Amino acid sequence: MIRDHFRVLVVDLATGRGQVVTEDGRNEIAGGSGLAAKLFNKYGQAGESWSVAAQPFILAIGPLTGYFPLMSKTVCAFKSPYHDQYAESHGGGRSALALRFADLDALVITGKASRPSCLIVGSRTLELKETPYLWGQDVHAAGKMIRRMSGSSGHRSILRIGPAGEKASAMAGINVDTYRHFGRLGAGGVMGSKNLKAVVIQGDSIFPLRGDKEYSKLFQKVYQQVTHTEMMSKYHNLGTPINVAVLNKIKALPCRNLQQTSDLHIEGITGEKFAADTLLRNTACSGCPVGCIHIGFVREKFMEENQYIYRQVSYDHEPIFACGSMLGMTNAFSVLAIIDLAEKMGLDVMSAGVALAWATEAREKGLISNAETIVPLQFGEAEGYKEAMRHLALGTNEFYSLLSQGTIKAAERYGGKEFACVLGQEMAGYATGEVCFVSQAMGFRHSHLDAAGYSYDQARQDNDAPKAVNFLLKDEQERAFLTSMVSCLFARGVYSKELLAQCLHSLGYEYLADHINQVSQNIQKLRWQTRFATGYNPAHCEIPERFLEVTTWRGPVEKTFLENLKVSYQQAITGLGKGEPLAIKD
Amino acid sequence: MKVLNPLRMERCIGCHSCSLACARLVHQRLSWDTAGIRIASSGGLSTGFEATTCLACNPAPCAAACPTGAYSQRKGGGVLVKKKLCLRCGACAKACPVEAIFLDLTGEPFVCIHCGQCVAFCPHDCLAMIGALEEEPATQEEAL
Repeated sequence: MIRDHFRVLVVDLATGRGQVVTEDGRNEIAGGSGLAAKLFNKYGQAGESWSVAAQPFILAIGPLTGYFPLMSKTVCAFKSPYHDQYAESHGGGRSALALRFADLDALVITGKASRPSCLIVGSRTLELKETPYLWGQDVHAAGKMIRRMSGSSGHRSILRIGPAGEKASAMAGINVDTYRHFGRLGAGGVMGSKNLKAVVIQGDSIFPLRGDKEYSKLFQKVYQQVTHTEMMSKYHNLGTPINVAVLNKIKALPCRNLQQTSDLHIEGITGEKFAADTLLRNTACSGCPVGCIHIGFVREKFMEENQYIYRQVSYDHEPIFACGSMLGMTNAFSVLAIIDLAEKMGLDVMSAGVALAWATEAREKGLISNAETIVPLQFGEAEGYKEAMRHLALGTNEFYSLLSQGTIKAAERYGGKEFACVLGQEMAGYATGEVCFVSQAMGFRHSHLDAAGYSYDQARQDNDAPKAVNFLLKDEQERAFLTSMVSCLFARGVYSKELLAQCLHSLGYEYLADHINQVSQNIQKLRWQTRFATGYNPAHCEIPERFLEVTTWRGPVEKTFLENLKVSYQQAITGLGKGEPLAIKD
Repeated sequence: MKVLNPLRMERCIGCHSCSLACARLVHQRLSWDTAGIRIASSGGLSTGFEATTCLACNPAPCAAACPTGAYSQRKGGGVLVKKKLCLRCGACAKACPVEAIFLDLTGEPFVCIHCGQCVAFCPHDCLAMIGALEEEPATQEEAL
């Protein structure tokens, strides 16, 4: 529904009851990322632990959600089990359109259910069902059962956690509609700590459209751009795994716990190889005609006489890097088998793969042994990693329990911090150089998607730290507006400010259309203020030695440049955190 | 007259662009329900997608069930709907063997009118306007 305010459902899991709340601020913070931060400031307790029952778990969409192609993402916000600070994770599937058609701009979940439960919301539904029988079920089994118990199929989104989330792991993700996730920074652990196994969002309302033809014409124009031009073909064709071979070629692909930045045997796990041998089909988030979700398969013989089972596993560049090149894997099917186990257990595939890469090197160096890892972990050996995913999710022993709280936590106990591939959280699959590393280590979400540091590294002609930081924060500001609409960031090349203004205008959001720069600044500032209020201190940012040992196509990483970047970035975001305007040069 | 046929649904990626287009262009709504074609998984997202849409029956049981003449037989299959004549009784939806007619909360029926506006919004060419059922369907070559 188009409205000048926000309609928010606030549910208390302790009572199973909720309240529809009207929030103002549409013209100041738009929705999505901006709205989530506003709601955290209202319902969150900045100084209290993430695990306090009252802390909110927030899902938010934006003014363009469902109205235009690729406006198909949901922002999930929470206080993170990983760093105990404010965090965002973004996911798609059906979640965004389901929230739109549940007639909610945001869902805020507070409190803790007395028993494991499943929350069902819709435009005419609010029900908290006790589901202790689902506790312990893996992501896929739980999804099937929730599907049956939540009535007729309809148009709905099913968010659920696996055993990792139930254990409140800082590496637990939330599975969204089987093939998408709120993966990072422990969102699944937050649900687990609230005894919340699943959230079902029923998208069951209908909205009138304005009678004029401007909106439909504009929709058609955007649709043409995303489906009939080259702008999105990368994502539709090989998908993000196209990056594997590209990064390997320029020596920027993290391999074997970042001991290497390229692998001679990479051809076994490139996007091209996955497409040729493993790709079953593509699928899409609701409202996105691009269909970037690539689904491969794993096949396992479970009995003699050629008896097999198969499972479908979605893949992208990041899971392939984390469970492939980082673990020394050179076979696409083996990579999918490892991803499959991580998915099933409800782990964030990226964090889990990178953590096991560290454990493998720690074992090679004799810091840990089978006494800790239970199963032998060796680069290139899939079976050990598959078993280790179970142990990591369940926190089987002290080692896995610590590791599931973050690689650095385990390294502090067992040694090996210097080769922990952690940049704020377990690294993303880009080792392009200093700007990328600092952007991840200090960025708002510790995500390579906070800003295009990886692209900047590939294009820059100098080591000018203030200039690079200026780029990062300007880019972050623009992305913060996109994630407040809420656009998929893959569409950032399509949705220019001019096009966003046209889209907003066509729906009657005149003020937002005319003040994109101002609103972008508001959102960026509010997000950083919220992060700082929950304890973020950029001065504590550490970049492990391993990143200084990296050699890319450009040559060895330059420590002085990296340190200069850290200083510049710290200065810029500290000001933002205090509410000062950011001085960005165009 | 041609009719809509979701003849290549094994290609469907579940983006709902067809439903959204129908609701937007035919019914002036933002919805994935008030549409002549609706997409759902065939039993979970690992099983692909199915389209629920009018099969262009001739004679159409929904038209026969309509007590006010709001529904009438369309040449080539399917129905013509005059909403002004509709009582919101829901008899059409009950009569449809494939649940192709969606009733909103007020009982207003939404059914495919075989206008073909959704076809252009399918990124994988799952949908096509083809001749009436007695005519030749799309060839294998066309389907590829």
